[in-house]
Amino acid sequence: MSSPLSRDDVAKVAKLARLRLTEEELTTFTGQLSGVLEHANDMNSLDLSALEPTSNPFGLTNVTREDVIWKSLDREAVLAEAPDAQDGRFAVPRILGEAP
Amino acid sequence: MTLPEGWELVVGMEVHTELLTKSKLFCGCENHFGSEPNTNICPICLGLPGSLPVLNKDAVELAMRIGMALNCTIAPSTFHRKNYFYPDQSKDYQISQYDLPINSNGFLNLPDGSQVTIERAHMEEDTGKSTHLGGSGRLAGADRSLVDYNRCGVPLVEIVSGPDIRSSEQARAYAAELRGILIATGASDGRLEEGSMRFDANVSVRKTGDPLGTRCEIKNLNSLRSLQRAIDYEAARQVELILEGGTVRQETRHWDEGLGETSTLRVKEDAEDYRYFREPDLTELVPDQPWQDRVRAALPPMPAARRAKLLERIPGATKAQEDAVAVVIDLDLEGYVNAAADAGAEIAIAVSRAANELAAGIDTLSNLTTDAFTQTVLMEAKGELSATQSKVVLGELLANGGDPKKIAAEKGFEQMSSDSLGATIDDIISKNPDEWQRYKDGDDKLSQFFVGQAMKQTQGKANGKAVIAELQLRK
Ligand SMILES: [Zn+2]
Repeated sequence: MSSPLSRDDVAKVAKLARLRLTEEELTTFTGQLSGVLEHANDMNSLDLSALEPTSNPFGLTNVTREDVIWKSLDREAVLAEAPDAQDGRFAVPRILGEAP
Repeated sequence: MTLPEGWELVVGMEVHTELLTKSKLFCGCENHFGSEPNTNICPICLGLPGSLPVLNKDAVELAMRIGMALNCTIAPSTFHRKNYFYPDQSKDYQISQYDLPINSNGFLNLPDGSQVTIERAHMEEDTGKSTHLGGSGRLAGADRSLVDYNRCGVPLVEIVSGPDIRSSEQARAYAAELRGILIATGASDGRLEEGSMRFDANVSVRKTGDPLGTRCEIKNLNSLRSLQRAIDYEAARQVELILEGGTVRQETRHWDEGLGETSTLRVKEDAEDYRYFREPDLTELVPDQPWQDRVRAALPPMPAARRAKLLERIPGATKAQEDAVAVVIDLDLEGYVNAAADAGAEIAIAVSRAANELAAGIDTLSNLTTDAFTQTVLMEAKGELSATQSKVVLGELLANGGDPKKIAAEKGFEQMSSDSLGATIDDIISKNPDEWQRYKDGDDKLSQFFVGQAMKQTQGKANGKAVIAELQLRK
């Protein structure tokens, strides 16, 4: 079968993930990712109609915690790890555009 | 506001409310407005590698309360990652319910009898807060931005209505009723000014009977008044644009309260691609019947039921009294009104004093006991206090607390006996013989002079009508 993934698909996914790929990398990853998808497609040849879709292998539901406050991180220690900080806040470069 | 003949407004609302939990949705950081910036943050709400979110059970129960109050179906639900890059969250995705929300297919009945469908009310986490430096303090022109992640991960429920709203007044009524419900459930404090509850309005116009028009989403609506004004402005803008031959572009618009205008914030060029996928670190949420039953049993009565119950005590209530009852319920004052009515006071007086004087003094309401309120209203109902005097006593009680009878006495509000008033009048006449003679000769205007003198001598205790009666006795 033909490759399930085009170069354009890979370029779009890379753009959404903020990855800058060279033309050469684009070719490499299109091939590799297509291989992964083809492998997943192999499973379509099996009859799985009797199985429920699974999103986690544990079969757990309703995993919750009690509403209890814990000690948060020390602010100065956290901000010391940030590229830039000011007035107890993380400083970021000029933002282009509004939040989604 | 009315659109030109033949045009129809269509509004759908998206309302975000923060939930009143102690801790955040997926971690134990404190959920608190007004803390020092970045003091309520941890590896989970910052999205540091290897951290694992665990769902807050109380947040789930508050979300279920909201769903129940809005007549929704409560169903098994899941969480997704909504992926986008923006500094308001540091892990580059927001955890939100997507195709399977906890609450769906509900409705809200408004006081005017109309009904608005609720498409869904789902859980998600809030994002951080940015401060823009330089420029005007708004995003445009800022040099750089500072981010506080305290709000990041605070539990939210987003309530999405159907496109059922047909006027800005109805949108306002919907928002007000929803706010009352959210407060009544205990899920929200309803504080619009602090941003714990936020409105977005999807506004479109169409010729009556046509399919839905292209909608614009209006943001930055921080009050019920802004909501109503912004919808009126936006509807008029769209109709004018279409009448001039233009077309409405699907976009997000910003409401400027000072200018009274909306302006383009963001154009939706492509369908946004958030690459939603199941949050692999969270399990499915399946509220079984016993859990739902426990939550439902703890659900307090909603504002509509409380209004109806109080109105039952006021047969033939006027529109003004209905409005006053709405204020009483909105401000949680029915305890005062019921106590006064149960003690035999006229309920109309109790409702009026609660909706006006108590509403005005709501910040110091803790100074006023229901007993003191009851005594004051009883004194007014029996005619021992005039309406004006009763308001003064309530004002004093709200400011400093105390005993209404004592306050009335200190203010000199107790009734004067006719004997002592008579003695006062005799004294005034003897000191003002010329004025008395002219009054006796028929100059009725001088009655006001004597009333004034009597008020002065009694520090306002005298009743004007009683003074005139005493004067006439002596004519
Ligand atoms: Zn945290």
